[in-house]
Amino acid sequence: MPAHGRIAAAAFRQYSTYRMATAAGIFTNTIFGFIRASIMFAAIGTAGGELGGYTMLQAATYVWLGQALLAPIEAFGTREVSQRVHQGDIAVDLLRPVDLLSLHYAQKLGRAAFLLLARGIPPLVVGALVTGLALPEHPLSYLLGALSLLLAITVAFLADMMVNLAAFWLVETRGLTVVYNATMNLLSGFLIPIVWFPDWLLAIARATPFPSMIQTPIDTLSGRVPPAEALGLIGVQIGWAAVLALAAWAMLRAGTRSLEVQGG
Amino acid sequence: MTSHPVPSLPTPSDPSAARSPDVESSPALELAQLRRDYVVRAAAPGSRRRRRQRVRAVDEISLRIERGEAVGFVGANGAGKSTTIKMITGILQPTAGSVRVLGRDPVPERRRLAREIGVVFGQRSQLWWDLPLRDSYRILGAMHRLTDRALAARLDRLVEGLDLAGFLDRPVRQLSLGQRMRGEVAAALLHSPALVVLDEPTIGLDMVSKEGLRRFLREDRAERGTTLFLTTHDMGDVERLCDRIVVVASGQVAYDGALAGFRERLGSPRELVLDLAAPRLEALALPEGARTLAIEAEGIRHRIAFSGAELTVPALLTRIGAQAEVQDLSLTEPAVEDLVRRINAGDRPG
Repeated sequence: MPAHGRIAAAAFRQYSTYRMATAAGIFTNTIFGFIRASIMFAAIGTAGGELGGYTMLQAATYVWLGQALLAPIEAFGTREVSQRVHQGDIAVDLLRPVDLLSLHYAQKLGRAAFLLLARGIPPLVVGALVTGLALPEHPLSYLLGALSLLLAITVAFLADMMVNLAAFWLVETRGLTVVYNATMNLLSGFLIPIVWFPDWLLAIARATPFPSMIQTPIDTLSGRVPPAEALGLIGVQIGWAAVLALAAWAMLRAGTRSLEVQGG
Repeated sequence: MTSHPVPSLPTPSDPSAARSPDVESSPALELAQLRRDYVVRAAAPGSRRRRRQRVRAVDEISLRIERGEAVGFVGANGAGKSTTIKMITGILQPTAGSVRVLGRDPVPERRRLAREIGVVFGQRSQLWWDLPLRDSYRILGAMHRLTDRALAARLDRLVEGLDLAGFLDRPVRQLSLGQRMRGEVAAALLHSPALVVLDEPTIGLDMVSKEGLRRFLREDRAERGTTLFLTTHDMGDVERLCDRIVVVASGQVAYDGALAGFRERLGSPRELVLDLAAPRLEALALPEGARTLAIEAEGIRHRIAFSGAELTVPALLTRIGAQAEVQDLSLTEPAVEDLVRRINAGDRPG
């Protein structure tokens, strides 16, 4: 797949040219990290030092990892593909000799690699210096964490792609994007850990792919979930990746069939 | 040192593809009773409900283009040109009829076909916006599975022919429109496609850029025997690039034939504009085949239409010179654009 490698590398380079955006993103992620950490500390303090299995240090780790993964996972959604559909530029993508989904996935991986380095590491460094981070006890957690992260990026990419592909049928997808992102931010365990949810909401969350996007990689990376248990969660991630890949592929196929490329 | 013979140009084919002789010898393009309807929802007057309406964009177009031909596909806005291109490239399913491109069915074989055709959409970009132009060619080369050597050889030719050297390392977003369009054409030709589809390739370009682009497209076609399929509003493109013209109007082929015979077929007259030394309000006595169209500027300017086939300019001038002193004159060839307009207006030949 040399073509996909080149595309991923190109996306990496392309994002590395957006220096101001990167600096602004790091600043915002870090500030919000402090805000979120202090809210968590207040809640845990009120609960008497531990809440739903989270100590102060574990909560801080959860917040900083969440802030670090925000950008590579693109938790606030993307609009590129839906815009390309609306403006008809999707025609250019479809005329490439490479499958459209794999093309965009390669781009996503290149982009995520850059965002992980540039936007992920700074909040973790700040967190380690200011609040400290709970490091995993078992070295295997790092390896499984990396795998879980790759799968989280994949699952998030596929779900986001499906929202974007709705543009084949909808004139405007902004409303859908807003609803999707609000749901995703809550049910993925980005705002608060899903184990803090009431049982009924926890059950709903676990029936969706959302925890596979953020809660699972955070728990695996931080070692809060030991490696043996993490394997099961990774299995769930793989399952969701397969289901969503199939769904996105079916959507793209149906979409290109009904496609009336817009504009000249 | 390897002893492989190095082809001077990369071949457009993909070595892994099994190509039947049928595919090899088939015409570049074959459209048979091709039709495409769109469903539009429009508010009906006096009703709050929107009515579904079928609009026929392409209506039974049949067309056969042999390999190596250069065809201008022209028509007014909304005539069905872009819809036809979308069906040819496989991104739009025909409502009825059939399309074969290089022996293939474009919709199911879209990605296969993408290796054998090159498409330039004048309104869209296939380059990587934030990266140096050169990077786009590296990526495209990998997508088309060109070897490093084939890519380098082809790129050298394109850089030289399209004069890209000055901005190859500049990000695409910083290029001028003329530079970007040259870059787009290079991107479409990088894999040496057998069929090149150009959808308004010179839109928005100045004369110098247009000429440069056309010159290279002619050169490349001469070198590789490429089939060229071009839609444009610029008749200069057709006159400089094509040897056959197909005019579409209301989704149908209104004219199809050699460009050379196009004007004669329509019996279109040339126009001679004379400025006389002294005003003359009465029309000049003209030989058979010529007539006065208008007398302007109080008798100074006479516009005379004559048919090129029947009458030569010197003969006409001799006749006029005997009647009045000519101070200045100009001769206008009928613009193909005007002819297309006349066809579109229903004045069909034959």
